[in-house]
Amino acid sequence: MATVMETKHAPENQAAVYVFEAPVRIWHWTHTFSILVCAATGYLIAYPLPSVGGEASQHFLMGNLRLIHFISSYVFAIGFVVRLYWAFVGNRFSRELFLPPIFKAAWWEGLWYELRFYLFLTREQRKTPGHNPMAQIAMWLFNVLLGLVMIGTGFALYGEGLGLGSWADRLFGWVIPFFGGAQNTRMWHLMGMWLLIVFAIIHVYMAIRADIIGRQSSVSTIISGWRTYKDDLP
Amino acid sequence: MPVQETFYEVMRRHGITRRSFLKFCSLTAAGLGLGPEFAGKLAHALENKPRTPVIWLHGLECTCCTESFIRSGNPLAGDVVLSMISLDYDDTLMAAAGHQAEELLEQTIEKYDGQYILACEGNPPLNEDGMYCIQGGRPYVEKLRHMADHCKAIIAWGSCASWGCVQAARPNPTRATPIHKVILDKPIVKVPGCPPIAEVMTGVITYMIAFDDLPELDRQGRPKMFYSQRLHDKCYRRPHFDAGQFVERFDDEGARRGYCLYKVGCKGPTTYNACSTIEWNGGLSWPVKSGHGCLGCAEDNFWDKGSFYSAVTDFGVLGDVEADADRVGAILAGAAAIGVAAHAAVSVASHLSGSKQGSKENG
Repeated sequence: MATVMETKHAPENQAAVYVFEAPVRIWHWTHTFSILVCAATGYLIAYPLPSVGGEASQHFLMGNLRLIHFISSYVFAIGFVVRLYWAFVGNRFSRELFLPPIFKAAWWEGLWYELRFYLFLTREQRKTPGHNPMAQIAMWLFNVLLGLVMIGTGFALYGEGLGLGSWADRLFGWVIPFFGGAQNTRMWHLMGMWLLIVFAIIHVYMAIRADIIGRQSSVSTIISGWRTYKDDLP
Repeated sequence: MPVQETFYEVMRRHGITRRSFLKFCSLTAAGLGLGPEFAGKLAHALENKPRTPVIWLHGLECTCCTESFIRSGNPLAGDVVLSMISLDYDDTLMAAAGHQAEELLEQTIEKYDGQYILACEGNPPLNEDGMYCIQGGRPYVEKLRHMADHCKAIIAWGSCASWGCVQAARPNPTRATPIHKVILDKPIVKVPGCPPIAEVMTGVITYMIAFDDLPELDRQGRPKMFYSQRLHDKCYRRPHFDAGQFVERFDDEGARRGYCLYKVGCKGPTTYNACSTIEWNGGLSWPVKSGHGCLGCAEDNFWDKGSFYSAVTDFGVLGDVEADADRVGAILAGAAAIGVAAHAAVSVASHLSGSKQGSKENG
């Protein structure tokens, strides 16, 4: 076993790969920040803080929380659109987020392998310069699909305040009857926040785990953009 | 009853003066949010157009729509509209009964085929071939279908006819079904609310019979003139919401000071209706003004959305299991955290044993 592996040692196997270009990295951290701000302010919209004293004219607490939520939502949504644009002009890794290659048998084989790997059924560790198939599907579900759901429900609710005929109402107003009314739309939007929290917990865990015990860099990659490897095996 | 008779003639016949008639026209035009020139247009239409008959049917309902309608805040509007519509068929308001009343329906179809407006209060239950609502010896759904076949347009009064309301609440044993899911081939105006506001009802019906057209409707088929904004958008307690001043309990200082009722479950922010502007009983009051949150009675399925006293409500994802987003979300997030911790522990153990093996292998 050891001899077989030794024959595969080669310096090119350890060559770093530039995976996340600057716009992708900037998007990642802007996205992270906007989710944090949206989740915090959104939770306080669902469960407002204890009442402030004095006259209503002296305060604008809810109004400001909602304002921050809306600004942060715009950052989220515009970031999403810019990120989508970058999938067209960026490197090959920039498309992984939007288009998991589900029609390739190798991708499904990779997914099966990742499943076994994370269930401790295999010790074999593969190198993946971009996202592995399991990460791709998670990214697609939670960042593309859930991202669109949050943008759709969010702007539909925002359009309620802007009024009938506003741009948000014309583009996203159909979402409200689709979810069965404004109250349901709000609750699904709140549910989306929880799903993003679930994603964040698992995402951060996996990134740190991969960095510590994996064969390749992970946390530093989303900071510097470079995927480096700890060994020179294939 | 000559077909040519106009609304104006009918009103005059009922002892309404021309002065009152013109007042009604300007009031209704204002109520409908139409420009000043429409008072004249409305008067002209009512003076010259042949009267459109209105048939008012009652399915599974509580008659709160009728009760609201006959208590229109402006008695003039009520009188005028009632005199316009009660002539034909409304089994709650008309004098005729039994076979005599049912005959009126056939007479209307004969005389005004394709011309009358069908106002539906309540909805038909479809289970057991509609046996849960029998009128004149046959299921209501048959009567509804028969009358709808010959009508020009339908007004779905109230949340029952528009969405289903209480009788359609889970598990809906009679399969009470809103009008638009039973009658598919006629234009339908939904006027939801449990009941709808009287002035909204008279406004909608006057618009339809005067202009011979449907009012402009929103995506869900409600007249935009009354249902384009949420209660929250025009609520007089909105400044307290924006300031962050909330009633926490119904007996606290905030309640005494008239703070926002959002935290005690007011559904104003998600309910489309005109309560906060038109108010009820002639502008006397409305739920929020009386210190209680809005229940959201004009919204689809409001009965099945969990507590009336919570801002965050159930949304029935898990079928009959009551669950709100936070409970499901917190369980998922908790499961994710525990799962991650467990996975991390196994990872460390596995990695340690693996690296021992690996160091042996790599020698």
